[in-house]
Amino acid sequence: MKEKKFIALGFEGSANKIGVGVVALDGTILSNPRHTYITPPGHGFLPRETAQHHHQHVLPLVKSALETAGVTPDEIDCLCYTKGPGMGAPLQVAAVVVRVLSQLWKKPIVGVNHCVAHIEMGRIVTGADDPVVLYVSGGNTQVIAYSEGRYRIFGETIDIAVGNCLDRFARVLTLSNDPSPGYNIEQLAKKGEKFIELPYVVKGMDVSFSGILSYIEATAEEKLKNNECTPADLCFSLQETLFAMLVEITERAMAHCDKKDVLIVGGVGCNERLQQMMQIMCSERGGKLFATDDRYCIDNGAMIAYTGLLEYANGASTPMEESTFTQRFRTDEVLATWREKESAKV
Amino acid sequence: MTRHPIFNNFLTAAISYGGDAANLQLQKVDLTEMEIKADGSDGSLVLIKQGAEARVFESTFVGRRCIVKERFSKKYRHPTLDSKLTIKRLNAEARCMTKARRLGVATPVLYAVDPVMHTLTFEYVEGPSVKDIFLGFGLVGVDDERMTDIATQIGNAIGKLHDGGLVHGDLTTSNMLMRSAANQLVLIDFGLSFTSTLPEDKAVDLYVLERALLSMHSSCGNVMDQILAGYKKSSKQWSSTFNKLAQVRQRGRKRTMVG
Repeated sequence: MKEKKFIALGFEGSANKIGVGVVALDGTILSNPRHTYITPPGHGFLPRETAQHHHQHVLPLVKSALETAGVTPDEIDCLCYTKGPGMGAPLQVAAVVVRVLSQLWKKPIVGVNHCVAHIEMGRIVTGADDPVVLYVSGGNTQVIAYSEGRYRIFGETIDIAVGNCLDRFARVLTLSNDPSPGYNIEQLAKKGEKFIELPYVVKGMDVSFSGILSYIEATAEEKLKNNECTPADLCFSLQETLFAMLVEITERAMAHCDKKDVLIVGGVGCNERLQQMMQIMCSERGGKLFATDDRYCIDNGAMIAYTGLLEYANGASTPMEESTFTQRFRTDEVLATWREKESAKV
Repeated sequence: MTRHPIFNNFLTAAISYGGDAANLQLQKVDLTEMEIKADGSDGSLVLIKQGAEARVFESTFVGRRCIVKERFSKKYRHPTLDSKLTIKRLNAEARCMTKARRLGVATPVLYAVDPVMHTLTFEYVEGPSVKDIFLGFGLVGVDDERMTDIATQIGNAIGKLHDGGLVHGDLTTSNMLMRSAANQLVLIDFGLSFTSTLPEDKAVDLYVLERALLSMHSSCGNVMDQILAGYKKSSKQWSSTFNKLAQVRQRGRKRTMVG
């Protein structure tokens, strides 16, 4: 008889993307469609409208995910969803859909931590074994390393996330939100030449971005009006400053926990300038940089499915009455049972 | 400006450690020169640690054993930002190190500052780091009494710094040495130090230390409590700092909260 192949269906809807992914335990992605809620230039996404968007798209996405993967609901072992962290209303959509499907198809549920999912996806895609992880997105900025059963946070932002800082600056310049504000800043920054000095805020292992955002929001209009600089110069300077701070705290974490490699995950991780700067730092230290492209960096269903499947294969699942969602869910709250077994194997 | 000949010597050697492709030729020449001087005579530099921001060499300064700390440029940073940060931190380190001494906290004696080469030259402190002592807790020679003594000294020192308006910025156990001869705590690495009288900054300073202790020395028990007890004794403004520390501990995004 053919050996049973674990397959999971994963739902991600913690921010402005709704994604459904079908994944096997060896990391093969059978399908991974997603849909992004894009707001007009100058605006961000609000919880209610985002949740409405997710409602509209989730069922067609489930159908297309199953079709592309060529699997039927019978072949699926577990249903995984993002339990948190994220925006409440969008999170609720995935949680509700999963509960309904679980009862229709009689399948167990696995609740997944969004941050841990990013890390696990990054590890399986790049093959990084035990890196220091820089997780940078619109809602999170953390430097993480695995130690004694958990992913521990060594440094993080004490106010807003780096992606949030970039997105909100894009609103000042009324850049397009399609495909994402960060991508458009990156493209514009390539044309920047002049470096404008901005505050540089590293506090020990932590960083802070809100002061930089206030400063650039307050001065940008004036500077542009007086022709002191171009929007491209501002994007360039903002990126250079923010990313230098991120690379600095990552390097510190590497020195502190004596690890050689770095893995960048999360939406901002697609930024090629950030990858380039991190690459220079890594090669100076004799380490390697692992980074992925937008298919895996940006929130998707496959990463949730894969991480949920890891937990499920290690005997964990979430009972119906506990299949809730939460806006606050720290990376270090999750006991990474599968990592313990991995290290035991070696 | 005329420099002391010895000083000139190790500056050229320092260039060769720059690792820049353009300096390759120079590096070769100077390395041979270094080999000749490998007996430890004046001017030779022996790399003892490569940190995230600086290289630390052992050398001699006018016949004394010394440490040369060279801040190197970070190639990933924009040149303007890089030189701004490097100079800022070099100056801050030199100023804060001497200020700490004026406040009665033991630090290495500063011998020389070179803003062009981004080097600081200071006294070599003979003794182990507090990190190594704490890691050896429970082994020979490190008992509860010794731990309490060190913790109290740490608390005292930080209290004095803070009352004088100085914030260390990077309080970890690897940045603390115990001078063997006098069993005296010596604080090093003032690269992230700054002056401030705000309870916020002081509390963050203590919080950095608390987290460092948790991640490295969780088996050592209540060291942090003893440090805070020492701090309370030496600092007049302990109460506002401690209140703020309680708030700082609650920070960090996405923490589970009740209510």
